Amino acid sequence: MLTGIFIILLFFALGEALAWLTGGFIPGSVLGMILLFAALCMKIVKPEQVKPVARFLCDNMALFFVPAGVGIINALDILSRYWQAVLVSCAVSTVLVIIVVAGLQQWQENRKEAKTTASTTDAGTGNKEAIPERPETVSCRAENNTASDL
Amino acid sequence: MDTLLRSEIFIMTLVIGVYMACVWLYRKTRLGLLHPLLLSIPLLAVIIRLLDIPYEDFERGSRIINFMLGPTVVSLGYLLYEQKEHLKANGVSIITSVIVGSVVGILSVVLIARLMGADRTLIATLQPKSVTTPIAMSIAERSGGIPSIAAVVVILVGIFGGIVGPFILDKMGIESKIARGLALGSAAHGLGTARAMELGALEGAISGLAIGVMGIATAILVPIIELFV
Repeated sequence: MLTGIFIILLFFALGEALAWLTGGFIPGSVLGMILLFAALCMKIVKPEQVKPVARFLCDNMALFFVPAGVGIINALDILSRYWQAVLVSCAVSTVLVIIVVAGLQQWQENRKEAKTTASTTDAGTGNKEAIPERPETVSCRAENNTASDL
Repeated sequence: MDTLLRSEIFIMTLVIGVYMACVWLYRKTRLGLLHPLLLSIPLLAVIIRLLDIPYEDFERGSRIINFMLGPTVVSLGYLLYEQKEHLKANGVSIITSVIVGSVVGILSVVLIARLMGADRTLIATLQPKSVTTPIAMSIAERSGGIPSIAAVVVILVGIFGGIVGPFILDKMGIESKIARGLALGSAAHGLGTARAMELGALEGAISGLAIGVMGIATAILVPIIELFV
């Protein structure tokens, strides 16, 4: 447990240092997340070392926004002034993101499928692209979809 | 009495207690609008007003809880690692779709909010609206937005996206489970993922992956888009 806490804090600190070096372009915590992901992939950090702490933090994530959220009482005037702009822009933009991501992903998959069927009919061509089928073994880890995982 | 009410131990216990009560209520009712955050934030705002606790004291008392946001973002790297098989198998298409989605999301919200007269601070706050809350708050803060508004907006977007998402996907005739999960996670972060998990295990896993990729893409793209827009 303590090892996990140390590793998470270490990567947070590394991320902050990197953010400082790059002039705060990207938040340090996000850089820490990327560094931790990279370290896990390169087997520098063992997943079981961070798993309990990461699980605890992510499962209770929503609690950690509460104090900052209460700060909204200091921002009520700006919200009441512009609530229509907030509502319309967010609703339209959310719908657009869903349409674009789903449409683009489906289109790419259709194209890939067309390519693989084409390459099987005129045997051999472009076989090096034979993309490994997506693994059907789905790790359905996050079944405890409580209030967390926001 | 006042010193007790304003002490760190009292405020921390209060925040965690109110939050736990709201989670309990949410689990009992399962109503999207009774999301623990949407309930606990106004509830705490009312309580500190009634107990006459100045906001500065509340902020000081709850800063340990607030600090946990950073380590939580870092530990999302672990959740992303758990999904790395999916990323390996469909990496290029997933990353392309999410990056384009992120650009569309940032540009559309900025342009519409600007057309409707929102000011700079508010626009900076809205940019990361599709990103998981802790990342959204740090992106908003970096761009000169208001993290507390970002948190509330992000949750409302998540609830909205989780409700309308599957409906839009059906209307569009999207059959790929990967595309469905990806769209929900990209647009509505954790709340979209919760919905995707109801659709199926693969959708849920891909949606969880989309949260991480979308967070990273948006953190990188917001400062770049700010240079041009």
